[in-house]
Amino acid sequence: MDVSQYLEIFIDETKEHLQNLNTQILELEQDSENMDTVNEIFRAAHSLKGMAGTMGYKRMQNLTHDMENVFSEVRNGTIKVQPGMIDILFQCLDALEGYLASIQESSDEGTNDNEHLIKALNDILNSKGGEAPAAEAKEAAPAAETKEAAPASSGDSKEKWKDIKLTDTEKGLFDKAKSEGQNFYGITVYVQETCILKAARAFLVFKALEEHGEVITSKPSTQDIEDEKFDFDFSVIVVSADPLDKLIEAVKSVSEIDSAYGSVITEADFAQGSSESEEAPEEKAAETKPAAAAPAAHQAAPAATKAGDGKKAPAKPVVNRTVRVDIEKLDVLMNLVSELIIAKNTLVSTASSDSTAKNGSFNEQIEYLESVTTNLHESVMKVRMVPIESVVSKFPRMIRDMQKSLGKKMELHMTGEETELDRTVVDEIGDPLMHLLRNSADHGLESAEVRKERGKSEVGNIFLDAYQDGNNVVIEVRDDGNGIDVAKVRDKAIQRGTITAEQAENMSDKEIIDLLFLPSFSTKEQVSEISGRGVGLDVVKSKIEALSGEVEVKSKLGVGSTWTIRLPLTLAIIQALMVIVGGEKYAISLSSIQTIEDIPAKDIKLVEAKEVIQLRGSVIPIIRLSDVLEIESTKSPEDDLMVVIVKKGDKLAGLVVDELIGQQEIVIKSLGKYVNKCKFISGATILGDGEVALILDANALV
Amino acid sequence: MDELRVENGAVSEQFIVIKIGDEQYGINIAYVDNIVRMQQITRVPKVAPYINGVINLRGIVVPVMSLRLKMGLPADEFTKATRIIILKLENQGTVGVIVDEVREVITLDSEQIEKVSSDTQNEKVNFVQSVGKANGGLVSILDLNAVATEKE
Repeated sequence: MDVSQYLEIFIDETKEHLQNLNTQILELEQDSENMDTVNEIFRAAHSLKGMAGTMGYKRMQNLTHDMENVFSEVRNGTIKVQPGMIDILFQCLDALEGYLASIQESSDEGTNDNEHLIKALNDILNSKGGEAPAAEAKEAAPAAETKEAAPASSGDSKEKWKDIKLTDTEKGLFDKAKSEGQNFYGITVYVQETCILKAARAFLVFKALEEHGEVITSKPSTQDIEDEKFDFDFSVIVVSADPLDKLIEAVKSVSEIDSAYGSVITEADFAQGSSESEEAPEEKAAETKPAAAAPAAHQAAPAATKAGDGKKAPAKPVVNRTVRVDIEKLDVLMNLVSELIIAKNTLVSTASSDSTAKNGSFNEQIEYLESVTTNLHESVMKVRMVPIESVVSKFPRMIRDMQKSLGKKMELHMTGEETELDRTVVDEIGDPLMHLLRNSADHGLESAEVRKERGKSEVGNIFLDAYQDGNNVVIEVRDDGNGIDVAKVRDKAIQRGTITAEQAENMSDKEIIDLLFLPSFSTKEQVSEISGRGVGLDVVKSKIEALSGEVEVKSKLGVGSTWTIRLPLTLAIIQALMVIVGGEKYAISLSSIQTIEDIPAKDIKLVEAKEVIQLRGSVIPIIRLSDVLEIESTKSPEDDLMVVIVKKGDKLAGLVVDELIGQQEIVIKSLGKYVNKCKFISGATILGDGEVALILDANALV
Repeated sequence: MDELRVENGAVSEQFIVIKIGDEQYGINIAYVDNIVRMQQITRVPKVAPYINGVINLRGIVVPVMSLRLKMGLPADEFTKATRIIILKLENQGTVGVIVDEVREVITLDSEQIEKVSSDTQNEKVNFVQSVGKANGGLVSILDLNAVATEKE
């Protein structure tokens, strides 16, 4: 039977069931007597089994079948739920997720039988809840560890770049480089295993290398690296005139890079490489096979599963991204479209009717059309919106796992999971949130002993709150841990040369905390020293800014920190204030505007050669847009100034414009490659008369 | 595309002949998406001087550059004959170039086209990839990638 057409549905539903199972099993851990939960788990496992069977995924079916058996016994009361069993169940879920990932990529479930899990499940069944499962779990864990160690030791050396086969053109380059006094280097880079955004790090490594020379080739290919299809290491061949130390240093300066090994490629290496190349494919196949086969025998850690997958030829994911839409939302859309057609028809007939009745009726129709399009816009946006639940629901499980690995007691409290965001934003927001939560759990919260000493409850609390605030969605990650030690951050920044001692004098605590978001601040050594913050916060910031959002942190030493992420509800259409500067029209997003003020020219004061105004007690710097936009203002210097006060986080600034036009709903268009050079122009929009107006990004100006 | 059209055994291509100043240039029709009349151009601050700004091409925002400025000639004087040729390039995407006048479409066989060497310092010549002979006159065929590539 051809089931490929059901693949998308299968993947969507399997994800839902797995998520459901994760949540339910967590609940079961808290309350092992709750029969409702057990029933729910049983049902989910049963549906999973049925679905996998229909789709012909035998291994998945076997595993879920055994899981279902266990739950069936639990339901009958013959087995009691206990910690060892929960651990195994979670491992099963990880294994199922592994299958799913493989199916999503290649529509094939892979060759991993997960025998040890099946055995562990059967042991639970046989022992009827005895001690065996716990022991089994322990056994499985070391097995996973040894395996992770194995590939490292079985590889001939740490310099895996030696596996790279050069093509003829690259060999030509080698000779040319030699004659020009440049060297060929092979470098293997190891990324930290805790690194979340591996591809981003790899990209930074490439960028760093390209400052010194040229990257000739890499293994895996750059495309694969971009798609994160590598384990924790990748190798590159670089041609450069600089010495090797410099390159290695450049690579290591990228944060979350564990180590880098390299050496000069000599003619001898080269000859060997080329003579080997004929027999190489076989050798390579033999090399990868044990790696893939060994884990297949018994594979527990998800990391190992990934390792197996990574070796496979990467294919484009076979599934498109989908959004499930409530049929009611579609009905509303349909109705609106029919109204739109009626409005159009009325307009057509009005246009051809006598001119006497024309004007009044015409305006009426325009108003009608306006209300229909506004509603249509809202409905279409709603269709694209999904609750953030799909992302955040995996976090309780993550915190549970971290609790075990870190040996700290902590609890995650979540509110506002139902808050809706654009699908594209929801897809992207998972990683940064996970980063912040890990940061809080790992570095923010103190150990139980310290907490006791400080008079806090032993269990650390992490809060994840999401809510809508006007045109934005706010997600807060909060902890009641140690907070950020500003003095330590300052010392570190001075020590590293990020700021000078004099600069530090003049910086507020907030400005110093903001230093943590600088790329140079996030290397592992510092984490332990500056009360832990700093791992990849630059990545978090850049990812959120890519979604046109912003991230802020507030912290009180000893009391805790709050990370606030603010995201726009939708990316395509915004409310904007239209202004005129020097005869040109510009749009400023309404979400960043605080107030609009009329300021007499004499009220402008100079502070440190910068123009400021005083407004209700606070001093606000002003920016003359005509200067920034390189155009003559149409106003004379004595005239009153029209100042638009914009806000970025806690900072305010006044933008001086010539005239205001008014508020308008605008559609954001990309400016294209050529002209997106200046960072304070975030895009363009097309006005009612067909004219193009540029959108000013107030955040970049402040 | 048009390259594949074979007449009398020779490969022939179609070119749009445009005028800049007193000279005739040819643009391979395969890259031309559209030709529009001069319209309101919105200036964009802080871009290269030869980029005039952006226009609204049926709902899409398209950057527009001046071929004259790019070639180091005096700035355009917009007349009734001035046109914007919208090019679709592989690497640079959609871009419009302003020309003084669009004259005709010609078909050139491969033997009517001669390559020119571009080792001179003259900026104008650097954008010309070959010269075609048509109707007794000469047409310099523009290397569109060189035209659209940004100079540092």
